[in-house]
Amino acid sequence: MAAFLKFLFQSRNELESGGRNSLPVQEDASEPEKVCPNCHKSIPLSRLWANENTCSCGYHFRMSALQRIAYIADEDSFSEMFSDVTTQDPINFPGYQKKLELTRISSKEDEAVICGTVRIGGVKCCIFIMEQYFMMGSMGTAVGERITRTFEYACEHRLPVVGYTVSGGARMQEGLFSLMQMAKTSGAVKRHSDLGLFYLVILTDPTTGGVTASFAMEGDVILAEPGATVGFAGARVIEQTTRKTLPKGFQTAEFLLDHGFVDAIAPRTIQKDMIASLLKLHTEGEEDEQ
Amino acid sequence: MNSNTAYEKVKIARSNKRPTSVDYIDNLLTDFIELHGDRRFADDGAIVGGVARLDGKPITVIGIEKGRNTKERMQHSFGSPNPEGYRKALRLMKQAEKFHRPVLCLVDTSGAYCGIGAEERGQGQAIAENLMEMMTLKTPAISIVIGEGGSGGALALSVSDRVWMMENAIYSVISPEGCASILWKDSAKAADAAANLQLTAQDSLTNGLIEKIIPEEKIGEEEFYASLKQQLIDEFSVLCEMDTTELLEQRYQRFRKIGSTEL
Repeated sequence: MAAFLKFLFQSRNELESGGRNSLPVQEDASEPEKVCPNCHKSIPLSRLWANENTCSCGYHFRMSALQRIAYIADEDSFSEMFSDVTTQDPINFPGYQKKLELTRISSKEDEAVICGTVRIGGVKCCIFIMEQYFMMGSMGTAVGERITRTFEYACEHRLPVVGYTVSGGARMQEGLFSLMQMAKTSGAVKRHSDLGLFYLVILTDPTTGGVTASFAMEGDVILAEPGATVGFAGARVIEQTTRKTLPKGFQTAEFLLDHGFVDAIAPRTIQKDMIASLLKLHTEGEEDEQ
Repeated sequence: MNSNTAYEKVKIARSNKRPTSVDYIDNLLTDFIELHGDRRFADDGAIVGGVARLDGKPITVIGIEKGRNTKERMQHSFGSPNPEGYRKALRLMKQAEKFHRPVLCLVDTSGAYCGIGAEERGQGQAIAENLMEMMTLKTPAISIVIGEGGSGGALALSVSDRVWMMENAIYSVISPEGCASILWKDSAKAADAAANLQLTAQDSLTNGLIEKIIPEEKIGEEEFYASLKQQLIDEFSVLCEMDTTELLEQRYQRFRKIGSTEL
């Protein structure tokens, strides 16, 4: 009887079973695959991309700034700003110009952050997304200037700011000029905050050094992607300096949540909804002015 | 500048024969009363702070202290503050704001403390908060890099209206050894890195990142402190005359213009 009922109610095609729950995936034997470092399964790239670069086991792969805009922005709502701001190589550091040139070719980006305005769940906001494929998202004068201008623009137009951080820290090839970007960006965040405007941070893997010690930790609400490494000093440096074994899960997003430095973990599957809800909760009454 | 000169300065800046923050406090100020603790977790020995008088007027002083002998250096964590140190500093700055007294910061650190506890208690967050809060602190502040100005750990006490450096002090985004080992996989190239990082007081002044260099010929002597004291009195009197809005706007622009292409 049970078998008969099961036969009777089994879905006969994809539509009956509720349709595909992801974008159409064309299984192709020759399609490139990526192995998940967590569950060790092979995932076809098309499936990976259709799921915002996450594995079904929950592992979050890193992604480029443009990929993020694609899944976080309302369709055609992103408009880039300050892309003309590039570094002047302030201390003429040996090999830096060459390195920049090569990085620009390989990453197809001019700098380690993309800024602009966007709508997320219908709410207009300023956004900055750091780019790990550009010198590991390190912060030099151009990154500092772009982020500062983003906050200043947001002050002028009374907009909230959403910021995605990924960074190895300050860019040492720009010496003290890059360190000063921590103070400069923090000043801009403070002005934005003092106007009563909302700043939401999403920490992504990895966020470290001078970025952690400035605008990454200055949000009104700080979210983090599952498993993301977030810290100030590098784990290896700490291990070498202290000669102590690091606790399990040290400097992960979950570790920061436990210690009270992150508001919530935001898996990509529900991230846009979380961001949209938070933006709506913080912009009621502001909408008319936009 | 050739490599020797820059790296020589790094060595001088780190020398344990140099006066430390407590020497400056003893010689520049009177009636110093040390105030301890961050009111949240602990008292960090790496930061020595409190109230005192400069030329008879109340002032808040906050210094990163390395210690003058092995025992002291242990007590002061070798001048590398933990998050509670930065939070103590911020507490004292907020107190200075409340009681309308200026703030003097003495900076001397190889960097913020690097350890498991420091990360657990939010080293990054503690520094970030200081950067934000110092930018709008409604009272004048002067920071002097007296030895090592090591990266974010030094910047957390240096978002001030004026930043001065001792003639042989250094101020850098990364230690020359760290830079050499990351970029060239060879920490022995530290001297090259030191020269290329432009970390000396002279470089910082040329690059427009500090306002003044304090000569060191008579460092530690009565004359040295007398001259520095007079310079502080003069500068604070200028800053204290300023309207708060103007003071904060100038402070914002002081940092805002760094690395800006248009302004």
